[in-house]
Amino acid sequence: MIDFWMHPAAILIAGALLLPFMQNPVVRRPFLVAVPLLTFLQVIVVNGSPGTYGVVNWMDWFLTFGRVDNLSIIFGFIMSLMCCVGTIYGLHVKNPYEHMAAWLYVAGSLGAIYCGDYLVLFLFWELMAFASVFLIWFRKREQSLKIGYRYLLVHTAGGLFLLAGFVLRYHATGGDYSFGQLDVDHPTLYTYLIAIGLILNAAVPPFHSWLPDAYGEATVTGSVFMCAFTTKTAIYAMARSLAGFDILIPMGVIMALYGVVYAVLENDARRLLAWHIISQVGYMVTGVGIGTALAINGTCAHAFAHILYKGLLFMGTGSVLYMTGKSKFTELGGLYKKMPWTFVFTMIGGLSISAWPLFSGFVSKSMIVAAAFGEHIMWAGFLLTLASAGTFLHTGLKVPYYIWFGKNNCSEETWEKAQDPPLNMMFAMGIASFLCLLIGVYLPFMYGMLPYQWAEYHPYTAYHLAETLQILCFTALGFFLLLSKLTPEAKISIDLDWFYRKGGGVFMWVDRVVFQTVDNWVGMIWDRVGILPLMTISGFWSWFDWNAIDGVVDGVARSVRGLGGQVRRLQSGQIQYNIYFAATVMAVAIIAYVFA
Amino acid sequence: MILVQLIDYLRAHLKYVNRVCYVVLAGVAVWGSLVAYDSHHAHTAMEKWPFFWSIFGFLACAIIIVVSKWYGHSGIMTREDYYND
Repeated sequence: MIDFWMHPAAILIAGALLLPFMQNPVVRRPFLVAVPLLTFLQVIVVNGSPGTYGVVNWMDWFLTFGRVDNLSIIFGFIMSLMCCVGTIYGLHVKNPYEHMAAWLYVAGSLGAIYCGDYLVLFLFWELMAFASVFLIWFRKREQSLKIGYRYLLVHTAGGLFLLAGFVLRYHATGGDYSFGQLDVDHPTLYTYLIAIGLILNAAVPPFHSWLPDAYGEATVTGSVFMCAFTTKTAIYAMARSLAGFDILIPMGVIMALYGVVYAVLENDARRLLAWHIISQVGYMVTGVGIGTALAINGTCAHAFAHILYKGLLFMGTGSVLYMTGKSKFTELGGLYKKMPWTFVFTMIGGLSISAWPLFSGFVSKSMIVAAAFGEHIMWAGFLLTLASAGTFLHTGLKVPYYIWFGKNNCSEETWEKAQDPPLNMMFAMGIASFLCLLIGVYLPFMYGMLPYQWAEYHPYTAYHLAETLQILCFTALGFFLLLSKLTPEAKISIDLDWFYRKGGGVFMWVDRVVFQTVDNWVGMIWDRVGILPLMTISGFWSWFDWNAIDGVVDGVARSVRGLGGQVRRLQSGQIQYNIYFAATVMAVAIIAYVFA
Repeated sequence: MILVQLIDYLRAHLKYVNRVCYVVLAGVAVWGSLVAYDSHHAHTAMEKWPFFWSIFGFLACAIIIVVSKWYGHSGIMTREDYYND
């Protein structure tokens, strides 16, 4: 029995609050390493004792902060591990508030993963959104502020859907606010509202545009954190509550292909990777939709592997951005001589996401595809396999080719600046690369944490190897034969965010042209119809007041004044006249009294 | 650095590298379709066709590139300052 249960997120929150006081680099750097490491160790300790902990009675609610079970164990482990890697990558960042935002963001993720009810989920869900937006704002470019606000607005809207969903559920079920599997076979309004709240964070189309918008703009370190936590925490929440929700299968497959199509068009390396997050999370959404033990295992495994290889890819392209200030293919090229280690690490990330044998994606992605085929959802299996060819095409071939090889588009300044990044960044990329290979080579490391241990899967079969190698090798052939068609163009691609980005402009136009015009007309009509009669009536009453009411009052006053004037004239100022008048008045008064 | 020297060497002998790549491609296709082929793992009849996954990989790549570019050039791709950000 554990009397005191320390939430791993509490360590990060305490560390984040203390961080601004750690100004001295001699203290700050060890502190930056120690806090995520302690959090990771605490996660291992917590994961060692499954059960329900940290139940707090607040008002009439019993809030559950610590539910440790087969699903939260694997997600808690990988999130805290990625926090260590990401913080090491950002050790050189001097702004303590950037680390603070990143740690609070991870704390939000861990809080959501270990929570047992929707109230606590909502609390940490919002913490994630409000902490992570600072990772965009700290880029401090002109557009960072706008993009950050867009990100915040979209996530606030998503949070409200989630809130509305579980409030309706609370009433419909007579007070159930536990965070568990929903009845997806008989979905109601609250099921859909909760689903919208969750899939918005998972960036499922049509709620996906915030992702490339935000991740392409975040700081170098910020994007490494952001690419790992928001979407994968959402996948965890979906695996927890929406497993087997059929509608997620087509949505996930569309998502996997949608990201691939936009990645072809993308000119910015980090935005391209962001598009591929959408594509890869599509596999996980499909896995949740299939909902079988193998599919959920595949979803968890792919999320686990994805956090590491995508983090590694963002670290690689982030290093290029950090050293050269550039992230567009049309401004890079030929950097293998200047940044060879960054190339190697990014390539390991690229091979991992492309599911090459011996790399992490091979043992995770295929599990979801196998689950689709296993459930005889052939179209989903084939389309996901098609999308995997697109993944290799972009992240395994296009990104490395147009940054490290291809036509050298670097300016003289970019070329001069280019070199492998500082040691801490290289070290973090080294750790992530090692883990990508470890997952691919030593299966028990990740498979041992999967939620359904009885659902066995063997990725290294001859057929799977043959299938994968043929697809990948012939995708590479297609890439080189169609290389001219892939030449990056300095353009952006319009996506569904057009509706709210242009929608905002349309709103302002409508406001200016329609509402302001109507306002002007109403003002003018009021001038003619309202003000003129009012002024006329006011003039009359003014005249009436002056001549009638004031006339009476002023007339009395004028009479009194006139009488006073007459009386004044009687005053000569000589005492004998005064006595004479006084005596006369008294005599008249006495006579009148006597004879009256 | 050895890696840079290796890449420079391979770039200097690109013709031979290409030949080796074509041999590897042919080897993978033959091995995958004829040697390592196991019909028990095939989910559909199509997968039993020779070189199915090789053709699938190539066509997948070509379709993704052609369709995406067509989509992009149909009005989706636009100037970078389109939103005035």
